[in-house]
Amino acid sequence: MTLFLVKRLIMLVATLLVAAVVVFSVLEILPGDPALVMLGVSAQPDTLAALRAEMGLDQPAWLRFFQWVGGLVTGELGRSYTYDVPVSELIGERVVVSLPLAVMALALSTMIAIPLGVIAASRHNKTLDIALTGAAQFGIAIPNFWFAILLILLFSVTLQWVPAGGFAGWDAGFWPAVQSLLLPAFALALPQAAILTRVTRSSVLEVLQEDFVRTARAKGLSRNAALWRHAVRNALIPVITILGLQFSFLLAGTIIIENVFYLPGLGRLLFQAIAQRDLIVVKDLVVLLAGSVVLVNFLVDVGYAVLDPRLRSGGGHV
Amino acid sequence: MKRLVMALAVCAAGLIPLQLQAAGDGHLNMGMVLEPPHLDPTAGAAAAIDEVVYANVFEGLTRIDRNGEVKPALASSWEVSEDGKTYRFNLRDDVKFHDGTAMDSADVVFSIERAIAEDSVNAQKALFEAIESVATEGAGTVIITLKRPTGHFLFNLGWGDAVVVGEESADGNKANPVGTGPFKFKRWVKGDRVELTHNEDYWGEPAKLATATFRFIPDPAAAVSAMMAGDVDAFANFPAPESMVQFEADPRFTVVIGSTEGETILSTNNGRPPFDDIRVRQAIAHAIDRKAIIDGAMFGYGTPIGSHFAPHHPAYVDLTERYPLDLEKAKALLAEAGHAEGFKATIKLPPPSYARRGGEIVASQLREIGIDLEIIPVEWAQWLEQAFRGKDFDLTIVSHTEPMDIGIYAREDYYFDYRSDAFSGLMDKLAAEVDEKARYAVMADAQKRLADDAVNGFLFQLAKHGVWNAKVKGLWENSPVQANDLTDVSWEK
Repeated sequence: MTLFLVKRLIMLVATLLVAAVVVFSVLEILPGDPALVMLGVSAQPDTLAALRAEMGLDQPAWLRFFQWVGGLVTGELGRSYTYDVPVSELIGERVVVSLPLAVMALALSTMIAIPLGVIAASRHNKTLDIALTGAAQFGIAIPNFWFAILLILLFSVTLQWVPAGGFAGWDAGFWPAVQSLLLPAFALALPQAAILTRVTRSSVLEVLQEDFVRTARAKGLSRNAALWRHAVRNALIPVITILGLQFSFLLAGTIIIENVFYLPGLGRLLFQAIAQRDLIVVKDLVVLLAGSVVLVNFLVDVGYAVLDPRLRSGGGHV
Repeated sequence: MKRLVMALAVCAAGLIPLQLQAAGDGHLNMGMVLEPPHLDPTAGAAAAIDEVVYANVFEGLTRIDRNGEVKPALASSWEVSEDGKTYRFNLRDDVKFHDGTAMDSADVVFSIERAIAEDSVNAQKALFEAIESVATEGAGTVIITLKRPTGHFLFNLGWGDAVVVGEESADGNKANPVGTGPFKFKRWVKGDRVELTHNEDYWGEPAKLATATFRFIPDPAAAVSAMMAGDVDAFANFPAPESMVQFEADPRFTVVIGSTEGETILSTNNGRPPFDDIRVRQAIAHAIDRKAIIDGAMFGYGTPIGSHFAPHHPAYVDLTERYPLDLEKAKALLAEAGHAEGFKATIKLPPPSYARRGGEIVASQLREIGIDLEIIPVEWAQWLEQAFRGKDFDLTIVSHTEPMDIGIYAREDYYFDYRSDAFSGLMDKLAAEVDEKARYAVMADAQKRLADDAVNGFLFQLAKHGVWNAKVKGLWENSPVQANDLTDVSWEK
């Protein structure tokens, strides 16, 4: 188990280092001068030079790379070019929107998908199964931004139950904050839930064919007991894999939903930072997101090991 | 399920009175498309900065009012010397910054010297270019000496980039703006909103609103929902002209189509063949159908222009018929220039819809005379880097939104690479002329010069699509400067 963890941790650090090199080089090649973006079309050359010097852009690239990576290691993320505040502060303000949103969406999709998937599997090829599979297909096919717009039209514009977007802020109280995240979380969760339902269904079906399930039934366990006690637990490994992937997707891939609901989250920060050439924010965010993806994968691996004792020896992999 | 519906109904019942109450208290939610990168108007070009803080939080010696006229602000009056080179500003003696410190001549001198300093990061440093020196005469008077007479100097001082900042607070203005205006900065939830509150100690007529919030909504569809749901009370400039019809039909809203200072032009690289040939540029001018562009790209909102000048300005000359739509003549001009078979070129289009949609229409119009344009969409940062700085473009579409910016055509090495001694001479004459009538005459000559030279394809003046709650009064209909001045805004009782 220890060897397994150490190997995984080394992988984690190596991946992050590669991500840092790649994002730095890509942004060096990308056309667009942050100073020019800030000062616009009327700026004079000496003003631009002054701003570039102020932002440290007049130094050579290799020096800036080592300063940046050194800063990351010591937890110093640098200052945003455009906002002129520490990047850590910017990210901190956004994480409190994106993280709860991702967790809510993940919780919603799990709560919807796992029971539905198991039920569909247990009613294999019956009407309910066909209906649920059909609904899941529909859920996968619906783009989440379009679903989001429908939700807004119904719940915000017509019924006026929840705001059409924006984030009330946690200091406005727990409920108003959760309220502003409800629709976006639901819009995000639906397609994820649809995918997860299908994965759960097919995984449970597969496990139901296994010998040990037949043995459990032969021992006299009822169909449901065998299903819930033996099959579901074993069927969860692929489900957890998908969940891990989905969480990374939810954290990083909410750009569209955050735009539709104008939520001040990480996705929108990244989007704005790219457009404004706030390169330091882009770099920090990409490494942070890469880090969170790698970390979640690490946790998923640990999760396998907990669910399947055979994996703890560090040898096999699913 | 029943319980959920009940819970939602309860919260809905709680929400609606809350919104009404907020309105009655004199709170305004103003929607904006872009979030300002920071809140210091003296250190950035982003229009969004001025649109939040100009006249609300920060004020200058003079201010530009809703009609584009220069009005006294922190300077209660001024005298200009005979030779037009010395300005003597008498400051108000009752002005306090929001941090409680008094505003006096030292702050004015500090602000101007900061803007013209060697290491200044003021995006409009050119506004102050004529200043030779600035000095105080006691706490209540500032004397600015110019290198040469500058006719629009009082207007320049009314720009957001020329506001007066406090010596003690200037460095913090990006995150915590401290000005002298009728609203105080309260807080900024980055990515979401900026909140302002009433300034109790304001020197002038107090603002009617108790509080105001600027909310940033980049997506046009989200902006429509926000207006419809009542989350936002007003959009001074709505991002999607195609939605205006929907608002016009709804009695809850007032729709006002105003004008901006944005001359939208088909910028042409005058330094690059074949566009260095005036006949090619004239051919393009003859081939452009402005009405089709305005209808197709802007849903009919926009005023055609024939030169680089705002139609609402008193000195405007209508030159839209200087090159009437005439494809035969256009082809003849091209043939004369040696391009009887036409040619291939590129058009780089930045993200705004006027450019992307307008560019497609321009491309199809120019194809009629044999100019085959390859459309290259670029983002702003790329546009600035490649087209604006690198001059690496043939044609592009962009709206020049600064007020009274005809002077850019006299700038050496500007991106469209126009050189004309005749035009530069006119600009020198304009700068030196103080008499208004004579200035207007020079401006008219300058407009004609640009039209004659067909420097760029002059398309249309960008409209301002205002939409707001019908009970909101006092918002600006036009934007003579980049601003959302909330001083006069109130709710109808």
